Amino acid sequence: MSTATASPPTIDSKFILPFMNATREVFQKMAGVTTTIGKPFLKTDANAGYDVCGIIGFSGQITGSVVVSFSDTAAEKLVEAFAGVKLALTDPDFADAVGELANMIAGSAKKHLGAAANISTPSVVIGKGYIVANNRQIPCLVIPCGSPFGDFAVEVSVKRNPA
Amino acid sequence: MKCLLIDDSRTMRNIQKKVLSAVPGATFAEAGDGLEALSVIAATPGGFDLMIVDWNMPNMDGITLVKKVRETDKKTLMIMATTEAEKSRVLDAIRAGVNNYVVKPFTPESLMEKVSQTLAKAKAAA
Repeated sequence: MSTATASPPTIDSKFILPFMNATREVFQKMAGVTTTIGKPFLKTDANAGYDVCGIIGFSGQITGSVVVSFSDTAAEKLVEAFAGVKLALTDPDFADAVGELANMIAGSAKKHLGAAANISTPSVVIGKGYIVANNRQIPCLVIPCGSPFGDFAVEVSVKRNPA
Repeated sequence: MKCLLIDDSRTMRNIQKKVLSAVPGATFAEAGDGLEALSVIAATPGGFDLMIVDWNMPNMDGITLVKKVRETDKKTLMIMATTEAEKSRVLDAIRAGVNNYVVKPFTPESLMEKVSQTLAKAKAAA
């Protein structure tokens, strides 16, 4: 008697490069900040130790989410470079700016994913010790990024739905 | 030049305002979504010369707003500023009635260039 087991979910690597390019482009064009993009790795630790994140959902032929995560120090500096004004974490415009950065990264990557997709309006989480629980059916790849203001990460958890 | 900036991100509206402040005599109104934009338009005597419109917004998205405005107003210049960059989306926006299209992320220079192009083309057509 044999027991059939499901294959583990896999990450389509062609989904990752658009997010890497989008991250570079968004920070360069909108904030004048040059970022470095590190080697992606599979997310295994639900609590990644960040303080601020912007979350965008994908729907349509591509489903899942992308989460752009920062330490509070890096977020404050990157938001200042983007918005052109210093904003406290508690300022509603701070969350707006983080959400817009995530929106542009997701939106800019979307056109290169090879399938039709819609993106949600952003949600922003600010606080210590939060956990972003990704869809367990879709592996999450973490793209580590560097900037003159500190490191941040873009977590990509998307898949293409069968036609 | 009376400008209406329509985007659910106040940060983005502030960035656009900063860039467009270089246009002599530019004044600004803002709206956070298409529904709010329609209220602002209705409440503004003489309307606007230029609108910068985001696509993805709550309550009423940009493409719906463009279509609604174009039902009665063929004159106001409208530029869509959005992350939606697929060819089909650009065509949808042009068919809806926008005069130009700028893809986010954009540099201040590229936004200003699109605005200048749009204004120059309108002036030449007048």
